[in-house]
Amino acid sequence: MPASAKPPAQTTASSVAPTRSKLSLKGSSKVVAEFFEYSINSILFQRGIYPPEDFQVVKKYGLNMLITVDEEVKSYIRRIMSQLNKWIIGGKISKLVVAVVALDTGDVAERWQFDIEVFSKSGGLAKTSASVAGKENAVPESGMPTKEKSVDEIQSEIQAIIRQITASVTFLPVLEGRHTFNVLVYADGDAQVPAEWIDSDPKEVRDAEQVKLRSFSTNSHKVDTMVAYRLGTAE
Amino acid sequence: MSKLESESKSSSDSSDSLLPSISSASSYQPNTAALAYQSSVAEACGLALNTRILAFKPEAPQSSKPIDLRSQYNRPLKPAVNAQLRRRLPTSAERILDAPGIRDDYYLNLLDWSRNNQVAIGLDRDLYVWNAESGTVSNLLRTDSDTYIAGIKWSGDGAYIAVGLSDGDVQIWDVEEGEKVRSMSGHAARVGVMSWDRHILSSGCRDGSIWNHDVRVADHKISEFVNHQAEVCGLQWRSDGNQLASGGNDNLVNIWDARSSTPKFTKTNHKAAVKALAWCPWQLNLLATGGGTYDKHIHFWNGTTGARLNSIDTGSQVTSLQWSTTYKEIVSSHGYPDNNLAIWSYPSLVKNGEIQGHDTRILSSALSPDGSTVATVASDENLKFWKVFEQIGKKVSSAVSGTLGSGKDIAKVMMIR
Repeated sequence: MPASAKPPAQTTASSVAPTRSKLSLKGSSKVVAEFFEYSINSILFQRGIYPPEDFQVVKKYGLNMLITVDEEVKSYIRRIMSQLNKWIIGGKISKLVVAVVALDTGDVAERWQFDIEVFSKSGGLAKTSASVAGKENAVPESGMPTKEKSVDEIQSEIQAIIRQITASVTFLPVLEGRHTFNVLVYADGDAQVPAEWIDSDPKEVRDAEQVKLRSFSTNSHKVDTMVAYRLGTAE
Repeated sequence: MSKLESESKSSSDSSDSLLPSISSASSYQPNTAALAYQSSVAEACGLALNTRILAFKPEAPQSSKPIDLRSQYNRPLKPAVNAQLRRRLPTSAERILDAPGIRDDYYLNLLDWSRNNQVAIGLDRDLYVWNAESGTVSNLLRTDSDTYIAGIKWSGDGAYIAVGLSDGDVQIWDVEEGEKVRSMSGHAARVGVMSWDRHILSSGCRDGSIWNHDVRVADHKISEFVNHQAEVCGLQWRSDGNQLASGGNDNLVNIWDARSSTPKFTKTNHKAAVKALAWCPWQLNLLATGGGTYDKHIHFWNGTTGARLNSIDTGSQVTSLQWSTTYKEIVSSHGYPDNNLAIWSYPSLVKNGEIQGHDTRILSSALSPDGSTVATVASDENLKFWKVFEQIGKKVSSAVSGTLGSGKDIAKVMMIR
């Protein structure tokens, strides 16, 4: 019967006037996960891992973002993201790495690293202080600006990073030949690891140049971005 | 590096069966000096002790097409989209009307557009009808002081309008005569949503019940569809009258066969109330449903098999859905946090654009009878008209033109009062 399928009710009875504009930990995790997903897609497009025809424009972060429409790649990324989502919400990963690897030699040509810092695991839990009957009328994030970060601010920080990723083509060496990508995470020892994820070496770039890009933060997370690459001299 | 990892793993990970369990590891004597050494080595390697580097084992799909990065940079970067996907959407409303006093309540359905081009809107106790062709407004009714209008719905021919009240009363009004034709009471709580199938009017109630009335007969109540455990806020008959879709504050979508009082399908995928629902005009058994604040998804269903065909994560509370009758698209209106209109192609689910037209959440939307214009009303007390679906290949004619000016007038504000 439907009653058993009901999600847990938001039960706090008091109607505290919301003065916070911050995202809950879960909302912040979603922002972080989404950022990763869009960044992975951007890297795949910018670095020519897949041809441009495989990508479609969508509006996100106030920009034209490119995401893959190839079913296989979409599904591959979806599988990765579904696990990443769990780890991020649980605060189990400290880094995400996208390694760009030459297909024929296995040589790591480029390495994008995203460092995640969690401010506090218990902070920022949004409460919907409305009864279930009116839950759609409850404001999950108040519009009152406080010194905590608004969604708009976070979005413009993310926008800046995406622009930098795009602009990185001006200094990143052209990748010769076919390349593929590997996704790595640095996970806590007590993280639950499904079978599809195995222990790995860090896939560092030999003789790397490193460029630190901008970071963004929500009230619960801070994400730093950097890219390491080898100066494009023929081996 | 891997030695470090295996030592740090041994104390916790039960998923690795190759390591001895810690209880019998008497041979492993933690030595503070050794630990300090490990920790400084770990730091030097950039690894906190007890961190694992994990790679997603399956290999990424291979692209079959040749890729030449250089050729991509040597020409201006053009995303691979067709011209037809980039059509211009209006950035400003064709017309704005004032809607003072509209109740900011997600669960109500206070806007509807009739087949004969009249827009009805419920503003608390008053029902106004705005004739889009002549531009005239009339105050059709005002409810008693202790009630308010919770739902409105035009009959198929536009001659009558059903009004659901906060006290559970359902009234039918003859709009041309300006008279109440009948009153069908009995519901135990407010009636926030209704849908017509020819002479059958279905009403959805806050207590979760749906009643079906034959408005032609004195003993109007034909049947009851009871399944929802909370307020019914979405209700729509399929155009052939064979199925009724309902959405509730219990997060359920029910698809009912007309002749059965238990639902054919009950869908639990939404994680929030389902107010937005719409049957597709060009594919008879295709149903779209939209979820509230904690869900934000649009799901697409096959009403015959019950299968979920597609889903979109829109990012905001979905407050209504309108399928286009002229384009293969669907428009969703939103509340928290974006308060916008989004236009999606179907079945590709590509977002063709969005319109940021309101400062606060859009409560309801309606489509003009010629399919060209979407009306939206928000809690910012504005009723705005958007020319989303230009008439293809024909001279653009405004659905809201009339004596008050042509479609080019942008912010013509008119008080409904």
